[in-house]
Amino acid sequence: MNAVRIIPCLDVDRGRVVKGVRFRRLRDVGDPAALARSYYQLGADEIAFLDIGATPQRRPTLLKVLERVSEQVFVPLLAGGGVRGLADVGELLRAGADKVAICSAALSDPPLLARAAERYGSQCIVLSVDARRSGGSWRAYAGGGRKDSGRDVLAWVREAVTLGVGEILLNSIDRDGTQDGYDLALIRAVSETVPVPVIASGGAGGPATLWSALEAGGADAVLLASPLHEGKYSIAEIKTYLQSQGRCVRWLSHRSI
Amino acid sequence: MIAVVDYGAGNLKSVVKAFTWIGSSVRVVGNAGELAQADRVVLPGVGAFGAAMDRLTGSGIRDALYEFLLRGRPFMGICLGMQLLVEGSEESPGCPGMSLFPGRCVRFREGKVPHMGWNRIVSGHEGSSLLRGISRDAWFYFVHSYCLETLPDPIRPSIVRYHREFVALFEAEHIHAVQFHPEKSGADGLGILRNWVQQ
Repeated sequence: MNAVRIIPCLDVDRGRVVKGVRFRRLRDVGDPAALARSYYQLGADEIAFLDIGATPQRRPTLLKVLERVSEQVFVPLLAGGGVRGLADVGELLRAGADKVAICSAALSDPPLLARAAERYGSQCIVLSVDARRSGGSWRAYAGGGRKDSGRDVLAWVREAVTLGVGEILLNSIDRDGTQDGYDLALIRAVSETVPVPVIASGGAGGPATLWSALEAGGADAVLLASPLHEGKYSIAEIKTYLQSQGRCVRWLSHRSI
Repeated sequence: MIAVVDYGAGNLKSVVKAFTWIGSSVRVVGNAGELAQADRVVLPGVGAFGAAMDRLTGSGIRDALYEFLLRGRPFMGICLGMQLLVEGSEESPGCPGMSLFPGRCVRFREGKVPHMGWNRIVSGHEGSSLLRGISRDAWFYFVHSYCLETLPDPIRPSIVRYHREFVALFEAEHIHAVQFHPEKSGADGLGILRNWVQQ
């Protein structure tokens, strides 16, 4: 049986890792390659890089980061942020990403998902959804959480899966960086709607919040940034807790290569 | 020199970088001539069975691989590169594989598909040269929607379970194949590559 995946997320802006709250108030937390290598050695099951300041001029920065990271980190790498078209997907994959997350560009051009899945395979095309609560449901946002696309999140993920995406990265804007816990109702609703793996994101706090996302939410993986960057919890502490609650986790063996 | 075969089936860099990290001399080769000169060959691959087989055949690489294998040279297939070694796959009905071994790949019918994530080998550790020195509890990273359920005697495949049991890894003389991605499976994955290189 599969182990749950613990995925540190590095929000990259101009070559540095930053972190904010609810997509705002960013502060510097370190060098992406050094942080990635460190999380890899500490047991990260996958590492995400989101280019939050992505513009055509700045794009090469994330590519350089991925080039450096993929030479020394041997777990899957997920990259996203500002992906506008097929060319961007190809560039990120060639730079060393194993999966590419597409958000805004898919909202304005859904067939892009089908073209990307056809060209590169469903397994490496991830739909990133920035979700915000709106009454009893959720709406998908574009532009780094700034623009309401008007689309209902559940309808959107269903459509994206039929277009060929292999995984959903589900971010709660309301919970991002708050460490108040994931939006469990959102995760549960999406997990029950689609047959592909779901990565829960936004609101990670203590290990119990991760357990809830997996257990009550039904997520397959949890993405987190603030609690790790701030050193509040280590990956080992999180895994120890999850295992004590009956979840299957991946431990590193003693060899080091 | 290890040749990683480029037949247009996705990202080969990870495989190259993993071999580089363990100190091997490795290069990407994209034609039959270069392949013939290699000491060892790795056939990686993601994507669809039929499209991959078409590209291998059309480029002449398939025949170069047969010749390489007939000479008894060390070979490793990874992920789709393992599945291509059998007779076919449900993914691409009517498209023959390399047919080095009997068997057909089938699609997962239960659970979330693709099977994406870290999993452990549950049986068939014994006698595997690739698994030598590697913990029985080691985790490996899988991403695939089709799997090979078994292989006939005398092959003793190592088995993994995701709603059903299927082949994680097997070896038959100079041919090695893994369903998971050793280049993405942390230190244990690199250990598999090192075991192969050191044979």
